[in-house]
Amino acid sequence: MALEVNNICFSYPGSPVTAVERVSMKIEKGERVAIIGQNGAGKSTTAKILNNIYQPTGGTVLVDGVDTKGKTTAQIASHVGYVFQNPNDQIFNDDVVKEIEYVLRYWKLPEEEIVRRRDEVLDITGIRPFMSTHPFDIPLPIRKFLTIAVVLATDPDYVILDEPTAGQDNWGRKQLQTVMEYLQNKGKAIITISHDMEFVAENFERVIVMAHKNVIADGDRRDIFYRQEILSDAKVKPPVSTHIAQELHLERRVLNLEELVAALLQGDA
Amino acid sequence: MSVCIEFENVSYAYPLTKKAAVKQVSFQLETGKCYGIIGPNASGKTTICNLMRGLCPNFYNGTLKGKVIVCGKPMTEWDEAEISVRIGYVFQDPFAQVSGIKETVFEEIGMGLENLGVEQEEMMRRIVEIAKEVQVDHLLQKHPLALSGGQCQRVAFASVLALNSDIIVIDEPTSQLDPEGTEDVFEIISRLKAKGKTVIIAEHKVDLLAEYCDEMLVMADGRLLAKGETRAVLADPALEENGVQIPQVVQLANALAKAGKPLGAIPVNEKETMELLEQWRGGRDDGAGSK
Repeated sequence: MALEVNNICFSYPGSPVTAVERVSMKIEKGERVAIIGQNGAGKSTTAKILNNIYQPTGGTVLVDGVDTKGKTTAQIASHVGYVFQNPNDQIFNDDVVKEIEYVLRYWKLPEEEIVRRRDEVLDITGIRPFMSTHPFDIPLPIRKFLTIAVVLATDPDYVILDEPTAGQDNWGRKQLQTVMEYLQNKGKAIITISHDMEFVAENFERVIVMAHKNVIADGDRRDIFYRQEILSDAKVKPPVSTHIAQELHLERRVLNLEELVAALLQGDA
Repeated sequence: MSVCIEFENVSYAYPLTKKAAVKQVSFQLETGKCYGIIGPNASGKTTICNLMRGLCPNFYNGTLKGKVIVCGKPMTEWDEAEISVRIGYVFQDPFAQVSGIKETVFEEIGMGLENLGVEQEEMMRRIVEIAKEVQVDHLLQKHPLALSGGQCQRVAFASVLALNSDIIVIDEPTSQLDPEGTEDVFEIISRLKAKGKTVIIAEHKVDLLAEYCDEMLVMADGRLLAKGETRAVLADPALEENGVQIPQVVQLANALAKAGKPLGAIPVNEKETMELLEQWRGGRDDGAGSK
């Protein structure tokens, strides 16, 4: 079971330049993968092709072995869920419950299943206190969790989170951990596009680096964040703790604050 | 230093809400300084910004107690048009900032100047200058509503900078930007500071705020938890206890102190951290091992 793109190309309608060129990647169910790179590197375009929001102009997209060509975004959305960077791009109902239940009702799921899923995602995303608030009166960072709830309710096997930590405080970051643990326990794949390297290093074992409309590296986070030439080519900085460890020439490969502190204290012993 | 903004025991509640968004807040801000407002979401950061600009209660209505004083004059005595020029305000949601009535980015940036009756030639000169400064000069012919989040944020910034206000209040300017764009924004902010402007920024990216701001105001649950010089405020353990995000380098210093091996000072950027760590390691070459 995997989400796979082979040699995909895409250019926006009317644009003479391509946004991605012959990009290939394969993401297995249950994996946690981060796609990193500068704005314009092709990250979001690739992610939107994975979800069939865009049809590639070349190459193939396979969801669990099935070619998405000719399929509608709605058909793919039940397998691959996409949480937009800007929640306002996603919300269209005037009520939190309606927003969450919308697709489930469209699918004509049994009433008890709708209620079960709705209650589950309200708790996992922590938005129950906002159940009777108008979606656009919910503070923007929390509104993002409403869009996460909507996607979770459709129970897709592959969940794409576009810049999930943007504008989030400690509460939001913790809530995001809860959401990711929930998905992990259900064996789902989580794919994120993020500029937040602390978040990436902490939560995603596999990191795909994009630059110049293509994938320039794909591997374990501990290798990727120590490949200076790749990072500078993609204009990406490693997490602060990693950078400090590199500057100090620590032998141990450090990904977060805890590891940095441990390495420093051990060297100090 | 002269005081440019003063809060005297300010409490404020939005209409139809029972709970005050801001409770008994008092502080003074000095002209020419850069202030960071930090704190969890819903702690009152945006409301403080709205109060400074008079949007609470003038636009949002609601109940205000206490006094907001701008340049020695109570908010209630300020003319709305005058205060909108004196205090430039960059909104959190850039799409809420663009007017929606202008066809091009060029006109959007110029709208404030147009309203002020600035001469056409001067207006065009300023629009182009500002557009270059925030790197949207290649977008001048585009429709404001056809921009990406990051582009829109820059245009919103440009339309405020065009007014050349003395005081600039910025609510989460970088939420839609990538790291390069974020650094560009802070670059603009430091130039504003160099020009003697007073800058107030509410942000989650505490790592960057710590580097650029002279002082910090920390909000928690509508109250002012701490205010003062950046380094002193960030060292306050009350911040972590109240769920306030603090910079990675400060967390590092705290963790080392907790382990009984303090760094000796609180760093506010990576350069300082490196210097402190070099000293901390005392030039020894042991277990942690140089390559």
